[in-house]
Amino acid sequence: MSEAMKVDKVMDLKGLPCPMPVVKASKGIKEVEVDQVIEVLTTDPGALVDFPAWAKTSGNEILETVQADGVIKIYIRRKA
Amino acid sequence: MKTNIAKKEVFEAPSEDTGKMREIEEQIAQLKSEVEALSADSPENKLSMVVFSGDLDKVLAALIIATGAVAMGMDVVMFFTFWGTPVLRDKRKKVGGKDFMGKMFGSMLPKGTGAVKLSHMNMGGMGTYMMKSLMKKKNVASLEEMLQLAGELGVRIFICEMSMDLMGFKREEMIEYPNLSFCGVAKFLEEAKNSKVQLFI
Repeated sequence: MSEAMKVDKVMDLKGLPCPMPVVKASKGIKEVEVDQVIEVLTTDPGALVDFPAWAKTSGNEILETVQADGVIKIYIRRKA
Repeated sequence: MKTNIAKKEVFEAPSEDTGKMREIEEQIAQLKSEVEALSADSPENKLSMVVFSGDLDKVLAALIIATGAVAMGMDVVMFFTFWGTPVLRDKRKKVGGKDFMGKMFGSMLPKGTGAVKLSHMNMGGMGTYMMKSLMKKKNVASLEEMLQLAGELGVRIFICEMSMDLMGFKREEMIEYPNLSFCGVAKFLEEAKNSKVQLFI
């Protein structure tokens, strides 16, 4: 994650299994403005496949995915 | 003379053109009506699901797909029929006035999400108990929680009127759900026909 990137909302979804990460992220992203960025923290390995699929279908953009110590950080820009 | 010829040309040319124009206009009109018919018939971004099963695992899967679909931006409709119907009974509600068979079915069928069993490995209830405690440990939402979430997300639920009647259930004994109605097969087919995705669970 580049230092310049501004995160407008952080969602800690650690410990929540399918379908919660995607369900909660889709709710949460509506609370920021279009073009703003949310950061999702999840421990669900399925999220690595699920979030790109969700973003593609819902019309949002995944900026970056970072994995460290069993936590997956996904940065998503609201587009829709 | 020159002007005469020119006039003639000008005069004749449009008559040929108007013929062509009319043809094109007719084609456009035909295309328009075809496109309108197509778009009226094209499926919406919607998931229609039949929940036939009353098994814990299958209903859970149905609700996970339903809530996930809302997250994907889809409109979701669930039709509970046959063994799926008793899952939506409210265990706190008691209704009277049932006939003998209605009472029998009422007591034999599960009363609500808390009473449903696994389709496999139930083992006299032990498997279901173990699965439920595992789900809790692993933070997997229970059926009750998933139903509540579905309600908050705007998932519409229809209950098959015929199943209700067959099993002797009354509308008053079903759960409180924000978007619950009762219907027959035609309603499901209408929704399914206009849905991009249809599932039978």
